Amino acid sequence: MNDMTPTREQREAALEGMGCKRKRVEDIRFTQGKGQYVDDLKLPGMVFGDFVRSPYAHAKVTKIDASEALKLPGVIAVLTAEDLKGVNLAWMPTLAGDVQMVLADGKVLYQNQEVAFVVAENRYIADDAIQLVEVEYEELPVLTDPFKSLDEDAPVLRPDLDGKMEGAHGPRKHHNHIFTWEVGDKDETSKAFTEADVTVKEMISYHRTHPSPLETCQCVASMDKVKGELTVWGTFQAPHVIRTVASLLSTIPEHKIHVIAPDIGGGFGNKVGAYPGYICSIVASIVTGVPVKWVEDRMENLSTTSFARDYHMTTEIAAKNDGTVTGLKVHVLADHGGFDACADPSKWPAGFFNIVTGSYDFPTAHLEVDGVYTNKAPGGVAYRCSFRVTEAAYCIERGMDILAQKLGMDPADLRIKNFVKPEQFPYQSALGWEYDSGDYHTAMHKAMDTIGYRELRAEQKAKQEAFKRGETREIMGIGVSFFTEIVGAGPSKNCDILGVAMFDSAEIRVHPTGSVISRMGTKSQGQGHETTWAQIIATEIGIPADDIMVEEGDTDTAPYGLGTYGSRSTPVAGAAIALAARKIRNKAQMIAAHMLEVSEYDLEWDVDGFQVKGNPQARKSMKEIAWAAYHAPPQGIEPGLEAVSYYDPPNMTYPFGAYFCVMDIDVDTGVAKTRRFYALDDCGTRINPMIIEGQVHGGLTEAFAIAMGQEIRYDETGNVMGASFMDFFIPTAVETPHWETDHTVTPSPHHPIGAKGVGESPNVGGVPAFSNAVNDAFQFLGSTHIQMPHDAWRIWQAAKELGAHG
Amino acid sequence: MSDIEQVPVSLTVNGKKVQRFVEPRTLLIHFLREDLNLTGPHIGCETSHCGACTVEMNGMSVKTCTVFAVQANGAELTTIEGMANPDGTLSALQEGFRQMHGLQCGFCTPGMIMRAHTLLKENPNPTEDEIRMGISGNLCRCTGYQNIVKAIQYAAAKLNGTDIQEAAE
Repeated sequence: MNDMTPTREQREAALEGMGCKRKRVEDIRFTQGKGQYVDDLKLPGMVFGDFVRSPYAHAKVTKIDASEALKLPGVIAVLTAEDLKGVNLAWMPTLAGDVQMVLADGKVLYQNQEVAFVVAENRYIADDAIQLVEVEYEELPVLTDPFKSLDEDAPVLRPDLDGKMEGAHGPRKHHNHIFTWEVGDKDETSKAFTEADVTVKEMISYHRTHPSPLETCQCVASMDKVKGELTVWGTFQAPHVIRTVASLLSTIPEHKIHVIAPDIGGGFGNKVGAYPGYICSIVASIVTGVPVKWVEDRMENLSTTSFARDYHMTTEIAAKNDGTVTGLKVHVLADHGGFDACADPSKWPAGFFNIVTGSYDFPTAHLEVDGVYTNKAPGGVAYRCSFRVTEAAYCIERGMDILAQKLGMDPADLRIKNFVKPEQFPYQSALGWEYDSGDYHTAMHKAMDTIGYRELRAEQKAKQEAFKRGETREIMGIGVSFFTEIVGAGPSKNCDILGVAMFDSAEIRVHPTGSVISRMGTKSQGQGHETTWAQIIATEIGIPADDIMVEEGDTDTAPYGLGTYGSRSTPVAGAAIALAARKIRNKAQMIAAHMLEVSEYDLEWDVDGFQVKGNPQARKSMKEIAWAAYHAPPQGIEPGLEAVSYYDPPNMTYPFGAYFCVMDIDVDTGVAKTRRFYALDDCGTRINPMIIEGQVHGGLTEAFAIAMGQEIRYDETGNVMGASFMDFFIPTAVETPHWETDHTVTPSPHHPIGAKGVGESPNVGGVPAFSNAVNDAFQFLGSTHIQMPHDAWRIWQAAKELGAHG
Repeated sequence: MSDIEQVPVSLTVNGKKVQRFVEPRTLLIHFLREDLNLTGPHIGCETSHCGACTVEMNGMSVKTCTVFAVQANGAELTTIEGMANPDGTLSALQEGFRQMHGLQCGFCTPGMIMRAHTLLKENPNPTEDEIRMGISGNLCRCTGYQNIVKAIQYAAAKLNGTDIQEAAE
């Protein structure tokens, strides 16, 4: 070996593979304004669609008169439910087994519901025309409080379901009832409560909010009537699913539908489902024969295309005097709005809420979820979390704090006492999950040591004494959160979307010169897949990441996959990528054996090629092997070097983490300042630490927003109160706290590279950490639970009610 | 076509003179994106809260979703498309955003970089607090701002010829 030969380490570094803080490929175009988002698309003859929306939350629609609008120059068409009935599209199925109006069919069920679709030459004329469409409404009694949904005299919201007492998820018990979902052992749990030394009970609400990506939902639909082909560009987190749904609804054969998701400006769950805007644009393009663009404005986004949370969780924990938990009982009242358009795997009406036992070894548990209708927007999407996992984490993490308070125990110590122990993995939870791996004790102790937990508690105690003596008006809260997530949906045995199993896929093609194109069934919306997927391939097949192009989002070229949400990309597609790469490596080994004239069993893999065992000078690099695969393929071996893998995961993955929030609160103003926020995440094997840290920062900022003020609220008449950035809290750089990040690594035993997924952990763990900090601060004044969101006004009110204002 | 009479506007965008006829009600963001095909500036809210549409107009940061195109008559504009170095390489700010991982989905990035561009002219050596206040009219849903602050510090250091302090986490 001469001096010019790169060392093994140098060859490894040159790959920029897994574990490398590789700079992002995407940034080259994004920093120059050269991203290609849906609204950047301009097609010849393209026209614009926009909605006439209902000002009422619950009303009969008695008349729609579009004659004046149609007289306006530049207006092409006005579609109503009557027009859609002609193509059987006035209603559409939801992912949750319900049906939803595309355009108001005789009535409206929430404010800003889509009533008519105006098509015009440009957005300005479409807006003008909206004002000219006359709609007559007859107001109906409005129901916005889910706790009143099941009252005997509650208004009937869904006459279309009249007499239908069997829903998609079992029997319905009332005209506004959607489903009851029950998991666990009711009798055993009741017994645990009867025998408990201590029990606690609290109704913990997780308010309605919205994912609100900076780019709203939008699409361009273009029907080529000559070829009979439909192309739809859209903000789709799951483009393949959209294509299948479009085919089923439109009866256009799937191979004649081209769905393309270009660059997406953030998704956070908002862009998983199918919305009336997509359907109307498609129909309008079929009717007019020209491309139709639909772009939501912010108010439409916040008030119609999906919401998140709105879970009201009555939580009970049974325990022994020493703090050992013995049972968990949760009843959830789930407000789904006017239609159940929850974006969960089809068999899971409350998502994976049964992860609610969290990180703790509950011997028994019982969960019941009741879904109800109200006059609010439909949805129930997983806003930066796996399906209903953030609700579950909030429920148990608040619950553990409340139990600690009752027992007079430190909340961190109570958690440690009840952690699932490292030797218990794989761990069977009382509500039916098999946790793959974890080392909660190591993570928790590392976190507590790093932030100086005991010292903070001592400081807090001193401050409380000072407050009682009247020396300060500031109180201090320490929020503890130790979450376990369930992500990576999911195994075909229990996860599907409208019957399609939730696998994912990767296709890798090595070109003759040794560079690569690869395509996946996922779709990045900021996660940086073009960067990280190439890193996995680089490590697996020894080709530099810079020589690997990653493409997603075009359903004609990418293999079928279920898309990107619920932190499923790395657990599912990430595994498919590794396995496709290994197929290539296996074939490369056979080719290398032929080239080196040895048996393939005499070869070993070394960073970027194969070498003869015991004779590392005899080696062939992947680049040389790639050339041989096309130039001189060995006899009996197919030419070319490419592979496809469809991966059906054997289990979910279970990332976890320890988060601590230190907060100082002025009781007279209600202003809460986050002094420190420390987040330790264990997402298994780390592919790109820079991207992981970035995701944690972003998720924590969303958690901060949700816990401290972000809310979609309705007044009693169903007016939506939070539908603009004036009213809906998006933190700026000024309010956003400084984030400290840390990690431990406990690989997933069933994942080919041991990775678990991380994008949503900070939202799932962050919300309870913030809320627990606020609640912890007020505990010494006699408070048990203060509902979110904790904006200054509500904190001030809580302080007042607790007598802190003297 | 609509009946509304069109009026002439003439302005300089990224160093080039442009002249067009527009309806008086045309917003500057739509003029840039649809008439000039400059799709770097984005629309996130149309209420001047999010700043995704920010450009530099006559040396000031302007949110183009709440300015009419006719109000830009005679003005000098720089958009994200005019930010790269003349040789096509990334400018200090663009490079800073990439090096410090100051972006994820990229939707706020053009507005954020344009705001930072003007901020560094107003204050070539800002403190962290001054940067945070200086970009508080621009919303980001992905990054939590921490690495955006670092990106701007990176650019400031590079432009000032001082040492770059910290790497992206």
